[in-house]
Amino acid sequence: MSSQTRVELRKDLFADERDDNLNEIGRPTARQDILGHVTGRSPFFDDHQFDGLLHMRCVRSPHHHARIRRIDIAAAERMPGVRRIILGRDVPHNLNTLLSLIDFGRDDEPLLATGKVSYVGEAVAAVIAETERQARDAVAAVRVDWEVLPHVLDPEEALAPGAPIVNETWPRNVFEYHDKYTHQKLRFGDVERAFARPDVEIVEGRYQMSPIEQAPTETCGAIAAPETNGRYVCHTSTQALFFSLGTTAKLLDMPSSRLHFIGGTVGGGFGGKVDSLHEPLAVLGAILTGAPVKYIWDRAEEMQVGAPRGAERWYLKDAVTRDGRIVARRFRGYFDCGAYTRLSSYAVQKATGHLPGPYTIENVSSDVYCVFTNRTPATAMRGFGITGVDFAIECHMDKVAERVGLDPIELRILNAYRDGDMKAHRRLAKNTALIECCQVAAEKAGWPIRPEFAAMSSLTGGGGDRAAIPETVTDEEGRVDGTPAARPAPRPAAPAPAPAPATASTSARPAAPATRPAAPPATPPAAPPVAPPVSAPAPAAAPAERPQERPAQKPYQPQEPFTRGVKKPGAHRFSSLSGTRRR
Amino acid sequence: MARTPVEFRLNGAEKAVFVEGGANLLDVLRRGLGDMTPKYGCGQGTCGTCTVLVDGRPQLACLTLAETVAGREVRTVAGLPDGAELHPLQDAFMENFAAQCGYCTPGMLMAAAALLERRPDPSREEVVEAISGNICRCTGYEPIIAAILDAAQRRRRRAS
Amino acid sequence: MGLTVETYASAAEAARALAAAQDARYLGGGTLVMRAVNYGDQSFRRILRATDPALGRIAAQGGRISVGAGVTMAEITESRELGFLAPAARAVGGPAIRSMATVGGNLFAAHPYGDLAAALLALDGRAVLADGREQALDELFAARGRGQQPLVTAVTIARPERGAFRFRKVSRVKPKGVSVMSIAAWLPRSGGRIAGARVAYGAMGPTPRRVPRVEQALEGRTLDAAGVQAAVAAAAEGLDPPEDAIASAWYRRAVAPVHLRRLLLEEDG
Repeated sequence: MSSQTRVELRKDLFADERDDNLNEIGRPTARQDILGHVTGRSPFFDDHQFDGLLHMRCVRSPHHHARIRRIDIAAAERMPGVRRIILGRDVPHNLNTLLSLIDFGRDDEPLLATGKVSYVGEAVAAVIAETERQARDAVAAVRVDWEVLPHVLDPEEALAPGAPIVNETWPRNVFEYHDKYTHQKLRFGDVERAFARPDVEIVEGRYQMSPIEQAPTETCGAIAAPETNGRYVCHTSTQALFFSLGTTAKLLDMPSSRLHFIGGTVGGGFGGKVDSLHEPLAVLGAILTGAPVKYIWDRAEEMQVGAPRGAERWYLKDAVTRDGRIVARRFRGYFDCGAYTRLSSYAVQKATGHLPGPYTIENVSSDVYCVFTNRTPATAMRGFGITGVDFAIECHMDKVAERVGLDPIELRILNAYRDGDMKAHRRLAKNTALIECCQVAAEKAGWPIRPEFAAMSSLTGGGGDRAAIPETVTDEEGRVDGTPAARPAPRPAAPAPAPAPATASTSARPAAPATRPAAPPATPPAAPPVAPPVSAPAPAAAPAERPQERPAQKPYQPQEPFTRGVKKPGAHRFSSLSGTRRR
Repeated sequence: MARTPVEFRLNGAEKAVFVEGGANLLDVLRRGLGDMTPKYGCGQGTCGTCTVLVDGRPQLACLTLAETVAGREVRTVAGLPDGAELHPLQDAFMENFAAQCGYCTPGMLMAAAALLERRPDPSREEVVEAISGNICRCTGYEPIIAAILDAAQRRRRRAS
Repeated sequence: MGLTVETYASAAEAARALAAAQDARYLGGGTLVMRAVNYGDQSFRRILRATDPALGRIAAQGGRISVGAGVTMAEITESRELGFLAPAARAVGGPAIRSMATVGGNLFAAHPYGDLAAALLALDGRAVLADGREQALDELFAARGRGQQPLVTAVTIARPERGAFRFRKVSRVKPKGVSVMSIAAWLPRSGGRIAGARVAYGAMGPTPRRVPRVEQALEGRTLDAAGVQAAVAAAAEGLDPPEDAIASAWYRRAVAPVHLRRLLLEEDG
């Protein structure tokens, strides 16, 4: 069996595109850290010993969504071994979003929740005690008075009228790109005209993927300890040491020069250790107790609280000619980012840039939403942003093949992109290899394909007409359908009015915003509806008490704007496909 | 807090430690005795990362009440090498690329060591069974299986 | 605060201490109790254990066999006396769990664990309590989770005729995975026909359970496609299996007949 898993290098493919003088690829090379691994000496974060090490454990929400009326720590504080209980008010700058480090998005997540919690497992207090058991016992003794709120766990339900507001920073339950766009748009040609052609078959599909936990063998954690020079050392399991450093500097409002971070030996990450919040809590614990503090998740926390690859739902609609050419493909996608942004805003951009997959399709349209729900915040995991939609695309390719009566591999070869083709994001394809992958896969699987398909190549037949950017429908302002007028939506401090009802139309064109006058009204406009183009399922039961009817819950805002840490003045904006493009 | 003295042999050396009530063997080895080779993965017996040998049998250190090893012989990866010479399993793991992140490796090595001591010439199926309680999330089971089979050969060669 | 560990030389002393305690848990192999300890279970403060060698004994008693509550899964797989039970013991955990987990603990393992207990139930298992009383396993299971549990010192089981006991664990991960279900069947035969069948399922309810309708449907039948038909049809009748991350209740009901049929039509051996 193991002999069957050897890598086979197909050097016959694209042989003239490279010099075959590789010194490492294809040759066995020992890992530089392998001796440490087989002797058990590789220094994982928890392998550092500190005398007098204290243990931190968090008090967590048992509810999807609840207001915190009161946290009673009196009994817990008096328990044996308890050194300190940290609450949100002890965090110097208790609001952050990971990508604020590159000036993208809004701070929307506290280190320790104060006003309310928005997912099961969200931390509201951190107990520091002399032993782990004492910390666990004290956590069990903290009393939280919860007022349970209606919750929403499905992204389309979260966009429906009357849905509970998950996160007051995003009152429409969607991430707003550049404070303006409720979703990521891609328009290439005119899909509607293609769908109306008489010579095409329409193939539609709905696909979804559940959240996936990275489940590293080493659970996430950090140990922080005071050093002698006013600095704090922090051993961490992070995959992204400088994200962790910047996040800690910001949340604790201290210069990063006082933080001595040590990482790099990671017991499996797979994306789940990119946005950990162990370091700021451990360092804060070390600051407040003057002692070394360890904060590590147990396996149950890793599974429940650890940010997974988020759920996704995709709707695809293709127009296919009788001979199997896909002439139009429309996507509508929902990324379930959970209660806080983390990296999902970026995942949506990645997904949009990837569409329509490795195929050349002359008309492509896509609307992808990053939606807040009362689920565990989602984050990175191996190819996130791409994996879910590729699953949808490839399932759909099989469905199309079946519908038009074509072999599924031949259908892929027929529609595959080739060198020189224009992609929907308006870059020419190069180094394409889907055709060759399909051919080799068919050969290895003993799957017969017709000789003309076996003879096709990524190197020929591309470019020419296929390199053209088709005429794309825009309005007189040069905007594609559904783009709001230029003025950014006001930054909301209070819950916005309920979104307008979803249209029941099956058109890809959302109703209102495109026709809005370009000149801004004198008074701040009501938040434009986040109109899912197709009717979203109504929530299972209307919440008894809608959050909109409550007194405004003002999200926590630090009194002083954040000034220290790693944020540089004049940091440039993150460009995106449909946002402001630099250059 | 109640502390109980426990004496046992760790990798051939006599050890005496005071343990807190309910302490598991993993914490005693790591924090009490400074042997950091066994790792914490789950605390519930599902991952095998903390596998050690107790009187030659594989056991999960995280589920072993420290008192229960009194008078017994505990072995960890720290005791695998013979002086400066690595154990054949360690050599084979290195050469077969049987570790990626390295976190499950100590548990895998001890599960494999338990097998080879009972079955010096195991079949592939026996190897698979022997590591069936050990999770590798970098998903390198094939190289691990190959390494254990290779180690068995090396061991026999070394013995002959 | 903190936990205390009390070690007793005899099972009887441990049983007395356990009976008198509100805040104690008896530790066998540790795979269940230490898991609770590691996760900060607030329901007990004392861990009781016994070093009584009698707990580790395997002994023939007439037509039956007594298996000490402290006997581990690994010891069952190595016992010549208990060869017929080895497949069930091997179905529990990986090798490290098997060198720790005990017969006594398996009787109290919550769903989806307890595969061995299903086998013991099919083999007419009777729990021997520390005070010498015996209790049928169905009764022990019925009382599980209600009040302080008795200390079991051994389980006596029937010694099945050669080839008359069958066990199958269904899981989604090979070779080690949590049960979708397990099936244990003791199928004594008289003149080629089944007489006095006992069939038990694991992971199909909160505790292992017998399936009387299957047993009745096998009575007087032969182990061939026609003979097992009625039993297979009754495989999931009246069951309300649990929903968990491994399988839905619907799935468990749907696959029960398939796996029961495979078990019943296995070659003798």
